[in-house]
Amino acid sequence: MKKETWKELTIGTINPNAGNSVQNHTGTWRSGTKPEFIEEHCIHCFFCWLYCPHFAVVIDGDKVKGFNYDYCTGCGLCAEECPTKEKSIIMVKENVQLAGGGEE
Amino acid sequence: MSVQKTLNGNQTIAEAVRQIDPDVMAAYPITPSTAIVETIAQFKADGLISGEYVCPESEHSAMSVCIGAASAGGRVMTATASQGLALMWEMLYIAAGLRLPIVASIVNRALAAPISIHGDHSDTMGARDAGWIQIYSENCQEAYDNFIQAFRIGENLDVRTPVMVGLDGFIISHSMEVVKTEDDAAVKKFVGEYQSVYPLLDTSKTFTVGPIDFTDYYFEHKRNQMEGIENAPKVILDVGKEFGETFGREYGFFEEYRMDDAEICIIVMSSAAGTCKDAVDELRDAGINIGLLKPRVFRPFPHHEIAEALRGKKAVAVLDRCASPGAFGAPLFTEVRSALYDLEDRPKIVNYVYGLGGRDIQIEHFKDVAKKLARIAETGKVEEIYGYINLRE
Repeated sequence: MKKETWKELTIGTINPNAGNSVQNHTGTWRSGTKPEFIEEHCIHCFFCWLYCPHFAVVIDGDKVKGFNYDYCTGCGLCAEECPTKEKSIIMVKENVQLAGGGEE
Repeated sequence: MSVQKTLNGNQTIAEAVRQIDPDVMAAYPITPSTAIVETIAQFKADGLISGEYVCPESEHSAMSVCIGAASAGGRVMTATASQGLALMWEMLYIAAGLRLPIVASIVNRALAAPISIHGDHSDTMGARDAGWIQIYSENCQEAYDNFIQAFRIGENLDVRTPVMVGLDGFIISHSMEVVKTEDDAAVKKFVGEYQSVYPLLDTSKTFTVGPIDFTDYYFEHKRNQMEGIENAPKVILDVGKEFGETFGREYGFFEEYRMDDAEICIIVMSSAAGTCKDAVDELRDAGINIGLLKPRVFRPFPHHEIAEALRGKKAVAVLDRCASPGAFGAPLFTEVRSALYDLEDRPKIVNYVYGLGGRDIQIEHFKDVAKKLARIAETGKVEEIYGYINLRE
């Protein structure tokens, strides 16, 4: 995404593109771990969806489907809150390439 | 046609508010600006103004209401002083950063501790880097005239920056003077209709006001903000000239009093400049070539114009009604001294702090300064670059 120069910005910090935070891929903040979804253990309680601070849990109707890694920061709250006896979400290691925040 | 009225400084501001009738007036009363707020509340109760008057629980909230109302698209004003302005601090920067042309009448008063209700410039000088335009008034007439012009300056599309208009606590705010007030219709016509460019109440456009910036945007937004106040000098001169053509009293960045052939010069702002004019007259009668330069606009600082006005002078004394602890001189001094740096033949320059907490400054004190300046002009030597006036030593 090309970033505006100071002359190109709208005055007064006005952001004319309301809702463009979707362009900010917070998934680039992940540093080494990501959640993995184990569907056969899942009771679809939606706790993970409710606790995720970045709306990165993907659902379809009444079913949990997994994660949108473009926005998942790897914080692990979903795995922590997952209530099933055998966890439906576990944190696994991943190899990451560091990238600047907000880049597409 | 103008009408002569006997008003004090606070009443002149309230009278201008009644004539302009902004959409929202939000203020919390504080000495010595209380009468402005009280009078506006009375005008509202009497049905003389149609705008909303809001009295929130603090000055922080008052400025917050102003920011909200201005973001919504309204023409907005407030009034405060001293601790009240200090409590507005973080919101001042937000008003400027959001480029909201709020007009604030600041009745200059000392800051605690120790507590003092009397006048000095510590409050607005402390806010000099908040991003607001700052205009200072010598007397009630200037307070009235400056306040009216402030709306035109701040709301100009190239500027869109908040403006504070200073008048000295008690010396101006509570002193009765004969003030020429203009016709309601003429004042309304002069300030014109206010048109906000991004009004939040316009739901046909979607945009975000005041978002968070990370390291990749904050710097650009701050640089973008600077453009408004940097565009202000031309607008200040244009509005001052048009005010002169309309009402007969023209304004610039500063006033020069008997400066043409002056060899030595005193620089002082606000009410003390009035006393200084009398001192200059008496000194001139005694054959001393002295002049006065009275800055009106402090932000943006007219550095080039002030340097030109001081070109060829032998010695200059800058009088600040504010101290800047630990700095190399008080705020007005550091600005003027810096402005002179590029002149090849610079005058000698000294700084005196006067009048803190409302301490009086009289003709004799200006004469003492003139005596010191004459000595500096004669010897070409500055013995003490910084001092205090009318302080028990």
